[in-house]
Amino acid sequence: MPDILPPDSVGLVSPQTYQFNTPLSLVCGRTLPNYQIVYETYGKLNERRNNAVLICHALSGDHHAAGFYSMQDKKPGWWDTCIGPGKPIDTNRFFVVCLNNLGSCRGSSGPTSINPDTNKPYGPDFPIITVRDWVRSQARLGDVLGITQWAAVIGGSLGGMQALQWAIDYPKHLRHSIVIAGASKLSAQNIAFNEVARQAIMSDPEFHAGHYYQHQVVPRQGLMLARMLGHITYLSDESMRQKFGRELREGKLNFGFDVEFQVESYLRHQGRSFVDRFDANTYLLMTKVLDYFDPANEYGNNLSKALAGVQAKCLVVSFTSDWRFPPTRSREIVKALLDNKKTVTYAEVKASEGHDAFLMTIPHYIQVFQAYMQQIDIPGGN
Amino acid sequence: MKKLRTDLVLIGEWIEEGSHVLDLGCGDGTLLAHLRETHRVTGYGLEIDDENIVRCIKNNINVIHTDLNEGLSEFADQSFDYVVMTQAIQTIRRPDELLLEMLRVGREVIITFPSFGHWKARFSLFFKGMMPVSRALPSDWYDTENIHLCTLKDFERLCRKKWIEILERAVVNIDHRTTTTMKLLPNLFGEIALYRLRRRT
Repeated sequence: MPDILPPDSVGLVSPQTYQFNTPLSLVCGRTLPNYQIVYETYGKLNERRNNAVLICHALSGDHHAAGFYSMQDKKPGWWDTCIGPGKPIDTNRFFVVCLNNLGSCRGSSGPTSINPDTNKPYGPDFPIITVRDWVRSQARLGDVLGITQWAAVIGGSLGGMQALQWAIDYPKHLRHSIVIAGASKLSAQNIAFNEVARQAIMSDPEFHAGHYYQHQVVPRQGLMLARMLGHITYLSDESMRQKFGRELREGKLNFGFDVEFQVESYLRHQGRSFVDRFDANTYLLMTKVLDYFDPANEYGNNLSKALAGVQAKCLVVSFTSDWRFPPTRSREIVKALLDNKKTVTYAEVKASEGHDAFLMTIPHYIQVFQAYMQQIDIPGGN
Repeated sequence: MKKLRTDLVLIGEWIEEGSHVLDLGCGDGTLLAHLRETHRVTGYGLEIDDENIVRCIKNNINVIHTDLNEGLSEFADQSFDYVVMTQAIQTIRRPDELLLEMLRVGREVIITFPSFGHWKARFSLFFKGMMPVSRALPSDWYDTENIHLCTLKDFERLCRKKWIEILERAVVNIDHRTTTTMKLLPNLFGEIALYRLRRRT
């Protein structure tokens, strides 16, 4: 798409793969004997190796956070708005790492990978991963890259949960934790949405109990419905009204059940294009990761206790129209940090875009993000 | 470094070294930055204005987006040495409730506000028959944020009623200077009042 690369782009990038042969024992009790992680990096790691920033992706994200793979690419990476020279995550200062999480279908080991025990894709037999497992696997990649302490670990939504878990599990290994549009656990309503999404997939006749690869089919309809449902929850009433209103595709009612309203057409398009790039077993797995996340659980449901050992300075950001992870959920994290007298900054950004706002260039959000990133100290400079 | 407002300097004199401070309506974080440098204080600023929040971040101040009209429920009882509020109490929907919240959260409260008992305000109302507009209170009655103005006497009456002990009081003019007349007749000549308070035991 770009005839010339924008000056604030990280430019042309390519993913790298690392094969881990040390077994990874997981929270669920199972062990991955070996696995691969695909990742991208932008910017330069300085000599002191203290300018590295880890980007954690959300439910359907991947390692391609910024830049273009080729001049033919229609779109840059998913967080290109915030990563690049002069952008909030400034690649002139920071060495940025983004990896694809385990259990995904975008390159790292997951349900679509071959199970060495059976020589068939894992499918539903891929172990259920948790945020804690992800953080451990991310720390291992840090070791491979020679990064012992991240300047910051940053994530939005499910990515924010990873940034929070990092601060709990590896307090000495990050200086800042940035949790955007996150929550310390899912509400019953959140889990309910995830359950409907899972049911949509699992009740698709092409699902075959998760072994659809062997039948050379995919549960298209189910995955599409799951995505459509999810997508509604990422937007807001206000943003949908602004984007679609009650606009009709053909300008008139047809008194039938085909697509008539623009919003229907948009959702179907979103659902369809998602099916082409995402795997149903992975979607099931990712929703489980979300549902299980609850770091306070092992501290008697006391989040303040869970965050008592945090040493990282924290930035928490929420968006007013986000009803999936609303500001009240971010404030719970802030309160727990305040209870412990931790260093924390909290911004509640007025935005009509709903949960998806964390991917948008909302001026106040970008200003907060940029100002915060700029004051992150890199001892010795670079 | 730019010269600090005198009321902020005075507040500095009231605060002990190494204290934990909560600053309500902290603006760009000037007071906390000053106290951090001169008194090694730690703490947080509460602010609702977007631009000020960004300025605080640039000043390396821990700022928490907060609507003070919603109270201080995020803060535990007696979790701060001082809760400070400079010239913002008059903009709050229920100053009495917030004052009690401040005393719940902090060991001591330091509060400053523009006094409506200043002779110019009285003069304007008495002789001109108009709501006062002054350097300390620059807005018209219809667009002012100052919805709960009071005099020193009013404020002290509230303190008595709510069992709040006044530990210290100072009055300054808009240039933040104290004059002899102010010391003699603070309610008439003080433009800005400063109080250090705690809960009566």
